[in-house]
Amino acid sequence: MNNLSHKTRYCCSGLLALTLAACGDGHSVATTPATPPPPTPVVTYQFEIEVTNLTQAQPISPVAAVLQTSGRLWTVGQPASVALERLAEAGDNSAILGDSQVTAKASLSGMLLPGTSAKMTIETTEMVNYLSVLGMPVNTNDAFSGLTGFDLRTLAVNSARIFDTPVYDAGTEGNSESAASVPGPAAGGEGFNSQRDDVNQVRMHSGVVSQQDGLSSSALLEAHRFDNPMLKIRIMRTK
Amino acid sequence: MLKKTLCLTTLLLANVAVAADLEIKVTNLTYGLHFTPLLVAAHPADSRLFQAGSTATPALQKMAEGGDIAELTSIISAVAGNSLVNPANGLLAPGAEVSAMLTTTGSNNYLSVTAMLLPTNDGFVGLNSWPIPTEKGTYTVMLNAYDAGTEANNELVVEGSGAPNIPGIPAAPGGNAGSGGTGVTLEELNTTVHIHRGSLGDDNLSGGKSDLDNRVHRWLNPVARLTVTVK
Repeated sequence: MNNLSHKTRYCCSGLLALTLAACGDGHSVATTPATPPPPTPVVTYQFEIEVTNLTQAQPISPVAAVLQTSGRLWTVGQPASVALERLAEAGDNSAILGDSQVTAKASLSGMLLPGTSAKMTIETTEMVNYLSVLGMPVNTNDAFSGLTGFDLRTLAVNSARIFDTPVYDAGTEGNSESAASVPGPAAGGEGFNSQRDDVNQVRMHSGVVSQQDGLSSSALLEAHRFDNPMLKIRIMRTK
Repeated sequence: MLKKTLCLTTLLLANVAVAADLEIKVTNLTYGLHFTPLLVAAHPADSRLFQAGSTATPALQKMAEGGDIAELTSIISAVAGNSLVNPANGLLAPGAEVSAMLTTTGSNNYLSVTAMLLPTNDGFVGLNSWPIPTEKGTYTVMLNAYDAGTEANNELVVEGSGAPNIPGIPAAPGGNAGSGGTGVTLEELNTTVHIHRGSLGDDNLSGGKSDLDNRVHRWLNPVARLTVTVK
């Protein structure tokens, strides 16, 4: 139904210069006396994004995919945005998805469990340049994994790129690994806290230590440790 | 036959590359490690700063245990290589990056990088003989942490231990290491250059086995990003 009404509107505007009257009542183009010029086709760009969680025991918060005409969501050595801080501390991707720079978006609907894959589709009618895909390993203080600034113009229809993404530290919360500060099921602690008690720079993550490996105040177990890469992200241009 | 001759000529020309202007950028990706002065060197195919699986040279040992790149720089000079010496004018902090130009000459078609990782006993960030592309463009190479294999990783901060054969970590520039540790190990099981297993650290800044903080001084590879722009 959506498609149909969209098409009708489109035809009308295409004919606007020729027959204004035809648009008023929404009647079909068959009533138009002159042969209409072929409308410029609406080009749809579509990308299928498949994400695989490569960890032992780190559920990944709902993975967000966003398109932007410019810019990156993070740079090593630079402070994290508040939107990134929310994702990395609480697994909350709403601020990333809601950013005014975002021209198209998609999100996985739930946690991506270890060893599982899930797909989402992102669609746009204007080719935008840059894709970012990211999620939080929830049994950490402020880690995230993903890619940012991938130039989609390099991807032809029906071709795919696969990224093995490393783990970053948002640098917004000290890695205490405490039960009070890690939001995932291993701890059940606090998510977002606007206070920044860490280096205030995005850096590569040094890994979680865990209680068994020598951090006695840690709520994490050895199984929550990880190494790079954390996610496999396959981007396929389908249209 | 003609085709073959042409191919051969092309290959020969490629091997005798003329000067190339490279913009070199090194980013320290780690959470809590400093890099000592970097050496970025373009050199011929048959020279090396280090080789995984081989015993470290005395020059490499001096770099990996104490951050001293003078001898490695001399090795590159001796083979008429091109060096970028200490572009950051000292330490490169976690999250920091440095850019500089390097012009290559002659058959210096391979790029190598070293810098010691602090605080470690004999860990270094390294790149061995990356073939420099001839096509203009920007290339990214991720670099891993190596262990020189010349010193047991006792993880104890000891002043003056940057000299070869004096066990210990010469400095923790972040000022966030502890003291009074008893030592993680007395052994170096692999005495050749190898991928570093990482530091252990502990949660006791005034005792325990290690003087390192296990929340701060561990790392996962890669530890650096090298961006090379061929002009």
